[in-house]
Amino acid sequence: MKLLSKRNSYFLFAILATAFFYSKDGDITTSVYATGAAFALPLALAAMVGIMCERTGIVNIGIEGTMLLSAFVAFFVSSLTQNIIIGLICAIFTGSMMGLILAVMAVSWRMDQIIAGTILNILATGLTSFLYVQGKTIPSVFQAIEVPVLSKIPFFGPVLFIHGALTFIGIAIILALYVAIYHTSWGLRSRAVGEHPSSADTAGVSVARLRYINVTIAGGIGALAGAYLSLELVGSFERGFTAGKGFTALALMIFGRWNPLGALAAALFFGLAQAYANQLMIDQVVNIPTQFTAILPYVMTIVVLTISAGKVRPPAAEGQPYEKGQA
Amino acid sequence: MSALLEVSGVTKRYPGVLANDNVSLTVNAGEVVALLGENGAGKSTLLKAVFGLIKPDSGEIKIGGSPIVFGDTAGVISRGVGMVHQHFQLVPVMTVAENLILGDEPKRGIFINKKAAYDEIIALSKRYGLEVDPDAVIEDLPVGMQQRVEILKALRKDVKLLILDEPTAVLTPQEIDELLVVIRNLANSGVGIVLITHKLHEVMAVADRVVVLRGGKLVGTTSPKETDEAGLAQMMVGRSVVLQVNRTEAKRGGVVLEVKALEVRDDRKILSVKGVDLQLHKGEILGVAGVEGNGQRELVEAICGMRHREAGSVLINGVATKDMHPHAVHEAGISHIPEDREKHGLVSNYTIADNLVLNQFDQAPFAKGWIRDLNEIAKNAIATVEKFDIRTPSAFNTAGSLSGGNKQKVVVARELSEELPVLVAAQPTRGVDVGSIEFIHNQLISARDKGAAVLLVSAELDEILSLSDRIAVMSDGKIVAIVDSKDADRNYIGRLMAGLDK
Repeated sequence: MKLLSKRNSYFLFAILATAFFYSKDGDITTSVYATGAAFALPLALAAMVGIMCERTGIVNIGIEGTMLLSAFVAFFVSSLTQNIIIGLICAIFTGSMMGLILAVMAVSWRMDQIIAGTILNILATGLTSFLYVQGKTIPSVFQAIEVPVLSKIPFFGPVLFIHGALTFIGIAIILALYVAIYHTSWGLRSRAVGEHPSSADTAGVSVARLRYINVTIAGGIGALAGAYLSLELVGSFERGFTAGKGFTALALMIFGRWNPLGALAAALFFGLAQAYANQLMIDQVVNIPTQFTAILPYVMTIVVLTISAGKVRPPAAEGQPYEKGQA
Repeated sequence: MSALLEVSGVTKRYPGVLANDNVSLTVNAGEVVALLGENGAGKSTLLKAVFGLIKPDSGEIKIGGSPIVFGDTAGVISRGVGMVHQHFQLVPVMTVAENLILGDEPKRGIFINKKAAYDEIIALSKRYGLEVDPDAVIEDLPVGMQQRVEILKALRKDVKLLILDEPTAVLTPQEIDELLVVIRNLANSGVGIVLITHKLHEVMAVADRVVVLRGGKLVGTTSPKETDEAGLAQMMVGRSVVLQVNRTEAKRGGVVLEVKALEVRDDRKILSVKGVDLQLHKGEILGVAGVEGNGQRELVEAICGMRHREAGSVLINGVATKDMHPHAVHEAGISHIPEDREKHGLVSNYTIADNLVLNQFDQAPFAKGWIRDLNEIAKNAIATVEKFDIRTPSAFNTAGSLSGGNKQKVVVARELSEELPVLVAAQPTRGVDVGSIEFIHNQLISARDKGAAVLLVSAELDEILSLSDRIAVMSDGKIVAIVDSKDADRNYIGRLMAGLDK
């Protein structure tokens, strides 16, 4: 390993920049980073959906729709039952069903996966716009929990250890997914199915079954990302609530090279960039219309994809339906 | 004790083809059974049926005395049937170890036990004398080594019956010799082996029994003791086949293709053609012999404009050709039978008819201005399918639906149709059956006799020896010697190929 590899130099730069800002103004830097982490989580979780699907060879561009419909279900069920736990459970069920529908279309019907994903997105946009009712409220959001001891560490404590329950669940899922992909049979088989399905098939691994399982579970994770938005970060729901986060997540997945930790790092970078932009606005350092700062994530998506284009290698069997008995 | 494998009366019909017609055969423990047949004779279909991948229309397949269930591939595998596929079933980006344990991973708790996996792999490779590096990534390994992994993968599952589907098609002569020894050793240790191959001398060298399929029917069972290569070829094709190429003296003309100080890098950016000079004359076949991976592929691709020329030039009749521009090179007068017909030779989803005019689709008579003349294309296709004996229900089926040998015939037919001054033929008979090999060889000779300059690159030394007028031996990216085929000595060339003599 080269000490000054490209990746290490990114990290070094990030650490130096953080230290610099922290020395200038500790409180604001801490709060910006805490906000950045909160912005990053749904993006990171949504990127996990992409990773789980694409690692087994299914392209899921329906993440946006999955998040949107789940956020909707989470909010309105919570509002109806006045219980956010029930809302969360219903949302996860909804997301899993979205995953299952994608699996049916992509695996069993061998549909074009881009179209299958688009169907999910249109379905979600249509349903949430049609069923949307104004003025509903939920009893509360998932309240921030302070992890004993750890949350008292300067800087790291507030950034990493004072969050709502869904954040901690989300981080646990990301770390677990990383370990699972590289160190368990499930991960090995999933990667094999995504790279060279006939190898997996001849080794006695059911390609269709694994794809069904992964895409369905991934849908549940996408639902968690959606529910996080409506039940923890914002506490409300509006039309077009997810605002393209599901698509940004796909870019982060690519930037993170289909590695959960890579995508997490990319998401943190994005979240921070957005938090900084907000802070700049609040401080009146820059005075530009909000629309321009709102564009920022998308511009960055394009920039990042342009930089990393051609250098990354997606799972080889991505997007291809598998037929038993092919060479 | 019942036979390892018992196939009785299997029939399988595909639209337009009877792939298997009442085929029966048995394989016992400790014997090597060679399954011979032309491309499209029904061997692959039979194997797929054995693995439960396809459902025969009638007949029964028993393994170890009990019948198999369609769709239960895992069940077949668990009963000790292993297969080394023609297209390797390995995940290219994963390591040897990961590929070997896939599907049956040693575990500690929920995690993969990497230590146990390594120990097991090392023990396994020691036991069968097949050394591998568990940490190597598959795509970085030479083909022979990949195949070794593939064989180990089968052996790991305690196979009783090992099926090898054209295992030598991609190997160098040395690797083939090693493989045949491995096969014999496995049989001696009690494994039943089914060997599918086109190469008759391998069959003669290693098989105990030979089963021949033709047109989906079992046409006979014999053994190397009772017959010879010519006899086997005749059984396969149904007519007598001339294994030796009849070749008249070349009428050499002036230099047509000249390669000067060519340097080329391979996919990993390593310099693999290190200053090659070649002069190819009108009316001759120049064979390039060499162990695969010594720069032949890169040489061919650079000549044909498919790979960047780091230094040097390629001239046709004294005019330099454009770098990285296959179309311009083709226009300048080089036709190319590429090594990888699936990737560079055919568009699988196009019809055979369209594939046959890929090099001239925009020229008369196949196009009038901007409009393609479908009638001419169809006429050409029907005539070519007839002339080249391409086995297909129709010239308008997709090229992807053809068997390997027939695909190759399509490529050869197309590339010869223009009669350009230079023909570059890379591995023109790889994975092709005896009857088609004879045909393709004759086509190359007749192209030469019509005045083409032919550059033949092949990993088959026999092919080089029987076709070439001159032989250039390539080793480590350089041409180490050019010998006249009249003075060619097999051993001498073999040693040059191995880089022993300079």
